[in-house]
Amino acid sequence: MSAGTLYDKVWELHRVADLPGGATQLFIGLHLIHEVTSPQAFAALNDLGLTVRHPERTVATVDHIVPTTSQARPFADPLAEAMLATLEGNCARHGITLHGLGSGRQGIVHVIAPELGLTQPGMTVACGDSHTSTHGAFGAIAFGIGTSQVRDVLASQSLAMGKLKVRRIRVDGALQSGVYAKDLVLHVIRTLGVKGGVGYAYEFAGPAIEALSMEERMTLCNMAIEGGARCGYVNPDAVTFAYLKGRPHAPTGDAWERAVAWWSSLASGPEASFDDEVVFDAATIAPTITWGITPGQAIGVDETVPTLEQTESDERPIAEEAYRYMDLRPGAPIEGLPVDVCFIGSCTNGRLSDLRAAADVARGRRVAAGIKAFVVPGSEQVAAEAEAEGLDAVFRAAGFEWREPGCSMCLAMNPDRLEGRQISASSSNRNFKGRQGSATGRTLLMSPAMVAAAAVSGHVADVRRLVAAPTTPEPETASTRA
Amino acid sequence: MSATPFPAGPIQRCEGRAVVVPGDDIDTDRIIPARYLKCVTFDGLAEGVFADDRSERAGDHPFDRAENQGAAILVVNRNFGCGSSREHAPQALMRWGLRAVIGESFAEIFFGNCLALGIPCLSADHDAVLALQAAIAAHPGAVLQLDLEPPLVRLVAGSEVLEWPLSLPAGPRRMLVSGEWNGTAQLVAHDGELRATASRLPYLTGFAAA
Repeated sequence: MSAGTLYDKVWELHRVADLPGGATQLFIGLHLIHEVTSPQAFAALNDLGLTVRHPERTVATVDHIVPTTSQARPFADPLAEAMLATLEGNCARHGITLHGLGSGRQGIVHVIAPELGLTQPGMTVACGDSHTSTHGAFGAIAFGIGTSQVRDVLASQSLAMGKLKVRRIRVDGALQSGVYAKDLVLHVIRTLGVKGGVGYAYEFAGPAIEALSMEERMTLCNMAIEGGARCGYVNPDAVTFAYLKGRPHAPTGDAWERAVAWWSSLASGPEASFDDEVVFDAATIAPTITWGITPGQAIGVDETVPTLEQTESDERPIAEEAYRYMDLRPGAPIEGLPVDVCFIGSCTNGRLSDLRAAADVARGRRVAAGIKAFVVPGSEQVAAEAEAEGLDAVFRAAGFEWREPGCSMCLAMNPDRLEGRQISASSSNRNFKGRQGSATGRTLLMSPAMVAAAAVSGHVADVRRLVAAPTTPEPETASTRA
Repeated sequence: MSATPFPAGPIQRCEGRAVVVPGDDIDTDRIIPARYLKCVTFDGLAEGVFADDRSERAGDHPFDRAENQGAAILVVNRNFGCGSSREHAPQALMRWGLRAVIGESFAEIFFGNCLALGIPCLSADHDAVLALQAAIAAHPGAVLQLDLEPPLVRLVAGSEVLEWPLSLPAGPRRMLVSGEWNGTAQLVAHDGELRATASRLPYLTGFAAA
């Protein structure tokens, strides 16, 4: 049993009561809601004659259903319009802050809460969305919940939960140039499997994790759920505090000093014990890409689609299903595979550093003929910052479309979707059958830089070859020779 | 579609015909594709259950076969319900008529969402699940009797009775059997405890309590 970990400390602090069924009643410090999984929760609350206990601890935005071309109201899709109108009505009725379209603060829920400083170390964070694990990047315990649980948090600011085990994922070494947090997490999932994390919280630690920026840590924790772990986290450190300082909801003055002291005390100490530990070497990880229909079916860009002989026996049925669905031959190289659509965005990779990495690849190049490529900033703030530094112009000049913020083609609850058997290079998080809006559409998950590389190449390409060469190589002279 | 009422009160057993959906890692996007999430109530979700898989199989999907209509127990394989946290997935299954799920393993959020609806997800080891699926195939229309205490499933086909032990963690089992699986009232009732917890959280007290 784990002890002395950040998870244990935060759990203990938020424990309200032990419930007769054996579960723990856990206080939820921050509750995030959006238009898809909250309407039925408010209706149920109403049916029970209950009110929202802590409206100031719930924050709302709209992300899944918003169009990314024109966000003028009413939306062309009456169902989407009804969902947003319902959210607006519920928030107004219960006194909940809604960061709506055009507010300057709207965006994907897992992008806006960190950028507003709402997400902080030591909190419990819940949201009716599985990618709530993202917020663990701050040293919070953050997890996705269903709509019945959204109702419970609204009513009581708490949840009935069972305690998880804790697995430390220690990553030594350093990532190569052209290899990002997305590659790292796909590599972890490929190694431990899509259900390897069921029953666990993942603590990401070690030199390679400490070297990651906050945005990279968010990418990493975002996809813990794709490895089966309901929450993933990174211990808070100077990188975390530097990111938070000055954000709208961050503490100020003396409270800031007290907060940093408390946050620092939460990290898993040297005495912490874990239920399990797995060690990786960051230096061995290549740009990683999925070839199949689960996020665990991933390979390095320089590898070939695994054959059945190379696949564990219990993974063979789903490998065979993936060969058929993806129309890929076992043993075929993934590099060079033609793509139709290139999507940069999502709660996994729709932040400023993601757009910068993709823009570095796109700059001075052109999207290959016949490819639809588009960039969807994760929030209005990301869009404004990207535009301020001219990234939109870089993308447009290269032939990418520059869109309005939202979840877009990650899950296609809006007009952005694949058609027929199109194949997409996507910086999102799920390559499930039908995920991107066509029942036969195909998804290759990869980093935003790799998506940009695919867009300008017309096929899956190794981004290391596009970014590794320095733009102004140092001339070799007698004085620089050994 | 379901003619029986939705789960309520203590849940100790379940009886009915089974529908088998084979395959590992069946995610909630497959159980209910995202376009069906464009709604503000769960009412119409039964129509969308496995929609894309069913259209791909053109009438030959387990949920479309005549002998499976009216089934109450879903039998699956490994890591069922992975992916999105959408409660729409168990809601759609429940509204189609299902009242229990048996499989090798379940994704955590899916398991919890089912529990919140009073739908037990029971597990058995790999070989037992395959044997159960084979027995169901060999006895079309046979009735399964599912018990929660102790957790087991029995297949009754004429004079033949086959039985497999199942597992269900003690906490969820107690919640279902006692009827406390729908615990909003219980959470709300802990008013004093909720106040006490909030008062010791540094981020709710200007970090004065840190």
